[in-house]
Amino acid sequence: MLRIDCPWCGVRNEDEFSYGGDATVERPADHASQDDWYHYVYTRQNPAGPHREYWHHVNGCRAWLVVERDTVTHEIFSTAPASPNLPDPDGRAR
Amino acid sequence: MGQQFRTSSNGQIDRGRILSFTFDGKPYQGYEGDTLASALLANGVRLVGRSFKYHRPRGIQTAGSEEPNAIVELRTGPRKEPNTRATTIELFDGLVANSQNRWPSLNFDIMSINNLFSPLLSAGFYYKTFMWPPSFWTNVYEHVIRRAAGLGTASTEPDPDFYEQCHEHCDVLVVGAGPAGLSAALAAARAEARVILVDEHPRLGGSLNDENYSINGKAGSEWADEIHAQLEEMDNVRVFTRTTLFGYYDHNVVAAIEKVSDHMPVPHQGHPRQRMWTFYPGRVVIASGATERPLVFGNNDMPGVMLASAARAYVNRYGVKPGRRAVIATNNNDAYRTAIDLHHAGINITAVVDSRRQPDEALVEELEKLSIRLMTGSTVGSAEGHQQVSYAQIVTTQGDTLDPERIDCDLIACSGGWNPNIHLHSQSGAKPVYDDSILSFVPGKSRQSEVSVGAASGSFSLQDCLAQGVSAGTLAARQTGFKSRKMAAARADNESDYAIEALWISPTPYNKSYKQFVDQQNDVKASDVALASQEGFDSVELLKRYTTQGMATDQGKTSNVNALAILACQRGEPLPEVGITTFRPPYVPVAMGVFAGHTVGYDFMPVRRTAIHDWNTKQGAVFVEAGLWLRARYYPQKPGDTMNDCYIRETEATRNNVAIVDVTSLGKIDIQGPDAAEFLNRLYINNWLKLPVGKVRYGAMLREDGMVFDDGTTSHLAENHFFMTTTTANAASVLAHMEQYHQIEWPELDVVFCSVTEQWTGIAVAGPNSRKLLEQVIDIDISNEAFPFMSVGECMINNIPARLFRISFSGELAYEINVPADYGEQAWLELLEAGEELEVSVYGTEALGTMRIEKGHVAGSELDGRTTAQDLGLEGMANRSKHFIGKHNSERPLLMGEGRLQVVGLKSLEEDRNLRIGAHLVDPRVKLETVSQSQGHVTATTYSPQLGCGIALGLLRDGASRHGEQIEAVFPLDDETLKVEVCHPVFIDPEGELVRA
Ligand SMILES: [Zn+2]
Repeated sequence: MLRIDCPWCGVRNEDEFSYGGDATVERPADHASQDDWYHYVYTRQNPAGPHREYWHHVNGCRAWLVVERDTVTHEIFSTAPASPNLPDPDGRAR
Repeated sequence: MGQQFRTSSNGQIDRGRILSFTFDGKPYQGYEGDTLASALLANGVRLVGRSFKYHRPRGIQTAGSEEPNAIVELRTGPRKEPNTRATTIELFDGLVANSQNRWPSLNFDIMSINNLFSPLLSAGFYYKTFMWPPSFWTNVYEHVIRRAAGLGTASTEPDPDFYEQCHEHCDVLVVGAGPAGLSAALAAARAEARVILVDEHPRLGGSLNDENYSINGKAGSEWADEIHAQLEEMDNVRVFTRTTLFGYYDHNVVAAIEKVSDHMPVPHQGHPRQRMWTFYPGRVVIASGATERPLVFGNNDMPGVMLASAARAYVNRYGVKPGRRAVIATNNNDAYRTAIDLHHAGINITAVVDSRRQPDEALVEELEKLSIRLMTGSTVGSAEGHQQVSYAQIVTTQGDTLDPERIDCDLIACSGGWNPNIHLHSQSGAKPVYDDSILSFVPGKSRQSEVSVGAASGSFSLQDCLAQGVSAGTLAARQTGFKSRKMAAARADNESDYAIEALWISPTPYNKSYKQFVDQQNDVKASDVALASQEGFDSVELLKRYTTQGMATDQGKTSNVNALAILACQRGEPLPEVGITTFRPPYVPVAMGVFAGHTVGYDFMPVRRTAIHDWNTKQGAVFVEAGLWLRARYYPQKPGDTMNDCYIRETEATRNNVAIVDVTSLGKIDIQGPDAAEFLNRLYINNWLKLPVGKVRYGAMLREDGMVFDDGTTSHLAENHFFMTTTTANAASVLAHMEQYHQIEWPELDVVFCSVTEQWTGIAVAGPNSRKLLEQVIDIDISNEAFPFMSVGECMINNIPARLFRISFSGELAYEINVPADYGEQAWLELLEAGEELEVSVYGTEALGTMRIEKGHVAGSELDGRTTAQDLGLEGMANRSKHFIGKHNSERPLLMGEGRLQVVGLKSLEEDRNLRIGAHLVDPRVKLETVSQSQGHVTATTYSPQLGCGIALGLLRDGASRHGEQIEAVFPLDDETLKVEVCHPVFIDPEGELVRA
């Protein structure tokens, strides 16, 4: 059971979240080539070790988070909001 | 007569409380405090089961949860539970148990003939014997194997009991309440940490209850009781008895099973049978003890062969003599205590057989004092007897096997050494390491916040256990933020060395071939391990799978290290080179019911009901599940009305007059902000920037891979204010999708949105008379001029505030009304009342589905995640000069080219025959034999009252250009073929004149 530290909700069980894929790949620009778009969707890495990935606090505050996680040990190094525009998480529940 | 094997005194049983039970139908008596195993032994019952593969007679080998042999079916009827270990079942009055793996009876088992054919059943027999021909697998082999090698049978009736799931947080979790665990719990608790202590037994104390130890000048079990009493008085401590920690998961989350009611015939009213606990500890102190391993000698599986520690436990804890004449066999000092304890209980110790040449002098003297014969440099070569031990053949460990000494006995208590219980440590992700001084594996470097102490860490001295417990508990409290005070460890009054010398496999008498069992539950012999190694399956993981060693319900608790050692001997390598398998949860078998907890039957999933639900129920509507929603499917009007009768009647009433339907379950998302239109423009394939206020538009959205994701209408309610509807099925995922793009990709868009599905009740009013009906209750002009097709506006339905949408799913003149959910039922009733003169009626999802097929609207079965906008005939909507999600990947040439499955209409050409969902669409000149001959499939079917024939939607290869073709719809499961005509998917009113009327 992963325990994910949501910046707004505090440490919560993994089953409140849904996994959202690799956070290191960048969505291509609108005018990028078809090839870029193809690779964006279909050719993804499956790294063993520290990795940045998206998690959605879908059964919580519904924020999308960037979680730095070791895919081998499951150690989580950090969690941060994916959006720069969400309300300040200060005063978070702990 | 009965209980003739009781000792005259001692034990933690209440001899004043007699409990009656039956085993294989025969009545027996035991005492309060017995396990089923101890009560059977007290009655002289030694044969309790047959083995899995060879159906060999098996008895009771241990006194704990590691038991490989004595597994029985417990209880009868719906509470019947197979594969329960007799050694862990607390005896209760009226208990019913039956032996397993035997037919027709335990004493005479036909399948024991397998014993004679054992060469066929050696390592890898599944792979060799049952290899060929493949067709034999389903027809012959599987059938035979299942009959011959079952492990008990489960009840087929529903479980009458319930199970709970609970969560608890603490600073320090202590696993096991033996001398180390009790010390640790007390030390951490005194530092005021929140402590949880779990132990699988009903009474705390662990090994102190099995042994004649003395601590601080009193009996060990008495000391344990005192600590228990102290812990119970502290507010910061929770003690869980009958609770086994079975899983150590990531992020220091652990799970335990509390057997709340298993020690009773039935649970108390309102109490669960079992409870699953998820604990969130700051630190875990593992004081789970150690498990003795048997010696590997000939017929070591025979009833009467027992672990030396188990024999002690039966005498000391249960007041039971596991035999009358005992041979004690060992390779270490520990079993000497068995000889002494059994001797004092009145059991005749015929010999202590020690494989070591020079045992501990003090122990030798002690045996001499008791006049017990000691044989050094020797071991048991084989156990002999019919269905139970009657004598042992003793051989020397130096290989002189031609002159074995025969010693009469009915009990062989053996010790091959002790294995620390490293299972939880291993489950936590750590790697155990081999310790040569105890010839076993001990915990390695911790990977999570855990530490093992006492016997679980390989420290077998009582004083070490007590001291390590105190320091681990103190440290754990400090590590979780508590100031600890100094606490002295309790004093152990007796001590002895362990002094093990390796003896992994015994020489056999006369060098004959004997069955020397390693894994007794899966019937794996030493020769199977050797054979696997010879055949090249000599890595630990291969050995395990090839021989099934350690894969039974006991997970090889008593057998794994012996198997590894024998494999190491075979490979000629030191044991640590061979490695160790990874332990995985659960540590003990856990009933499926406890994982389900309360989420069974009615509570399996939440149910969502609309505001109209009660009215629908009163009308006798038949419901259908749509996701979590319950929707009215059709409304029978008189007894005997079938679904077909109903949906045809409801469809005709709609098309010819007016009818209303509950459409609340559609997903609804309120979207506001200056960039709302831009946001929609990026989500949908069509244009949204110029949609005027007061207008509705149909939209389709793609996934990033170019496939259609969802469709629905979105309305422009006011400046910067939109209202989106989604399909019922995708409501949640569309919202998550929007949040993903808004938060991650386009945070610059000034827009907010949230789900309002529950906030609004949706009612569609459809049919040529729908306007006439609405005009009676509505306060705005809804003439075609004032409120044309695809308009939206606010209004009052009588006194209810409402939103009105001029949209149509049925293809008729139609409106959708949204009212706040609290007014839902009232609005429904007022519409019905207003329409009384018009003879308004209601329709359900079947009629809704019929009309959507007639109208060719795509829905969930066509939006199957593999269809593009072009496949679905929606490409005309797309504006490819703007950017939208999925644009680039939907333009890949193969998706735009020929050969795609495209949506078509299908008409049955055979009278009174409807199409079937899932039927393959096939060229009539081809007989369908392989999937590649299928040109598509039927996705939705109905009978169309309008057309008077069976119609369907389907996905057909290049279907858009094949209208008019005659093909076949083939349903191979029932060998059905139907002639059909391909047509445009819009069957009625293709110009859309009705909806605009
Ligand atoms: Zn959150």
